[in-house]
Amino acid sequence: MKFRLTKLAVLAFLTAAPAMASELVFPSLSYRTGPYAAGGIPYADGYADYFTLLNERDGGIGGVKTKIIECETGYNTEKGVECYEATKGEGALVYNPLSTGITYQLIPKVTADGIPLYTPGYGRTSAANGKVFSNVFNFPANYWNAASLAVNHLLDINGDDLQGKKVALLYHNSAYGKEPIRTLEELAKKHGFDLTLLPVDHPGQEQKSQWLQIRRERPDYVLMWGWGVMNQVAIQEAANIRFPMENFIGVWWSGGEPDVLPAGDAANGYKAVTFQGVGSEYPVFEDVQEYVVDKGLAAGAGDNIGTALYNRGFYAAMLMAESARNAQDIAGNVEITPANMRDGMEALTITEVRMTELGMPNFGPAFSVTCENHGGPGTGAIQQWDASAQTWSLISDFGPSDMEIIQPLIDADSNAYAAENNIELRCN
Amino acid sequence: MPDQFLYAVEVIINGLMAGVLYALVALGFVLIFKASGIFNYAQGVMALFAAMTLVGIQKGQIPFAKLINTVMGTELEHFPWTVPVIPAIILAFGVMILFAIIVEKYILKHLVNQPEIILFMATIGLAYFMEGFGDIMWGPEIKKLDVGLPQGGSFWIEDMTIGLGGENFYGFFIDKLDMVATVVAILLVAALTIFSQYSKQGRALRAVADDHQAALSVGISLRFIWVLVWSIAGFVALVAGIMWGAKSGVQFSLSLIALKALPVLMLGGFTSIPGAIVGGLIIGVGEKLFEFSIGPLVGGATENWFAYVLALIFLVFRPQGLFGEKIIERV
Repeated sequence: MKFRLTKLAVLAFLTAAPAMASELVFPSLSYRTGPYAAGGIPYADGYADYFTLLNERDGGIGGVKTKIIECETGYNTEKGVECYEATKGEGALVYNPLSTGITYQLIPKVTADGIPLYTPGYGRTSAANGKVFSNVFNFPANYWNAASLAVNHLLDINGDDLQGKKVALLYHNSAYGKEPIRTLEELAKKHGFDLTLLPVDHPGQEQKSQWLQIRRERPDYVLMWGWGVMNQVAIQEAANIRFPMENFIGVWWSGGEPDVLPAGDAANGYKAVTFQGVGSEYPVFEDVQEYVVDKGLAAGAGDNIGTALYNRGFYAAMLMAESARNAQDIAGNVEITPANMRDGMEALTITEVRMTELGMPNFGPAFSVTCENHGGPGTGAIQQWDASAQTWSLISDFGPSDMEIIQPLIDADSNAYAAENNIELRCN
Repeated sequence: MPDQFLYAVEVIINGLMAGVLYALVALGFVLIFKASGIFNYAQGVMALFAAMTLVGIQKGQIPFAKLINTVMGTELEHFPWTVPVIPAIILAFGVMILFAIIVEKYILKHLVNQPEIILFMATIGLAYFMEGFGDIMWGPEIKKLDVGLPQGGSFWIEDMTIGLGGENFYGFFIDKLDMVATVVAILLVAALTIFSQYSKQGRALRAVADDHQAALSVGISLRFIWVLVWSIAGFVALVAGIMWGAKSGVQFSLSLIALKALPVLMLGGFTSIPGAIVGGLIIGVGEKLFEFSIGPLVGGATENWFAYVLALIFLVFRPQGLFGEKIIERV
């Protein structure tokens, strides 16, 4: 009887254990419907097209085909969690939910389930501390880096002196929009500028009060942490009050084509922070055209290639594919588990040589992920909108953010999280 | 004059104009509620759908192009023509009339004599259906609305008023688009009033609003009145969609402008066209003035909740709304 029970237990364990996949499964928690679809669609297209390219051109990663499982979240946190629960049993290697709200809900779940969570440029910023967040990665940059990169740009154009300047932060009145406040307050102290905070309630369709206040108080610069309709309305309202567009700088989630196109010529000169390359002048996109679009396999109509959000999704997919390749090397097996994937992400090294091999020279920074640092280098550049050509152009090199300010904030926030949740620090 | 006083005046003027835009949305709700007792949850989506249709027609976009291309393997996108603004608005209104006929024929007709909550539920279903249908028909991307409306502050007003205050007063900012919206709203309300007071259909509409059974007994077709009122609400939605779409581009979030109409309806009453206008103005001025004076003390972003506080205060003293009909039920 005891022998039979042991056999049953072994059988149960074998069936319950995550199956070694014959495909590398990358769920895409996307939003192609709802108020944020205009941003969600190009991102999801870029994410999917990169994996399709690998399948069609290279036969997958290490000879194993990739598989995208798309699940519609509508940018709704509850639906996002449902998508996670519904797809994690499919051999999911890593989640990229493209929502800070969903990220916060998934952090404890992925940690318990041993699946990595990838949140490039969004999510919980202090998850950059790998000592606390074993399964969460947000390389190559986070919100606090973005705040610092925006201020660095202001320093650049003001001869390194912001003393007495007035800077306003126009932000989505949500956890996402409030993310940069602490960093900007610290940077204001350090550089001596005055910071004014201007929250905008969801969805941001009506911003007259905020822009009348900007008109009254005449800040030298306005920074924006917006998403969806808030971005388009803000850019239009800035034009309405004749605020100099070159003094208006958005975070990367306020720097897509859908944000500037509705304002037409009035958006000319608007700037945004970016952590990846802009435009379609990269050799890899010729392959996308040949192997994906021309074969009718593109996730969308193929007309988003080179747009800011498509490129960001594409870049995220590339970094995940390289992590999977790394995981295969570490595990010595082409068929990997989520645990292997996590190890691959934590030991990821991206060099400029590799980026060039991939047809993406200077598309993003060279960097290494470590056990301690899941946030990458925190570098970024400034892009500017040319309304007549309808293109973004990089007007700065990829530069560093002020880690002297940011690292203590990351440490404080993540250590508080560790204390609240009785998490033992890793990487000792 | 002190700068702060002048800026408060500026806030009041802009609040009045924002209120007109809220009232434009609220008008659609009032029309349908007045004629049929239905709180039309789909009014915001109707504004979105109408604006999407207008842009699609203007640009010569082929409806359902993506679906057709996927099924048939074609690469259709646009007709070889574009349509000027006025004919495009007329055609978009035609689509909204067609929409009204379909809603009456396939939904409302089957729900006659059902409790109002059932009709409300039906409009919730209709709203979500239209969201998806609109996406499939015209695509989910943000569309630039170009109907020749002016944008930006009026330089003339700014220059004329700059001398009123000290060096920290920069003249009054008044958005040209808001001025146009005000004129359009005045014309719309005047036209609706004339229509309901002096036309045969308008009087029939008022009769239905007063008493369905009595109206039916004198031979007024309830089905025709429903089509009529949903068509008019469709036109109001088109106007609201144009005004709001000019600010943000035509996109899904346009459907959320309905949220701005709710406190206006609470305040002005669900059955009064003047109530929608005055309610809109009170909400617009109230929320903007509160944000201007109290907002900085409490961290800002007060407008959304303060509008409802204002509406609740009015509701406590006049449950039927400022201009709503007082309901007296006799045993």
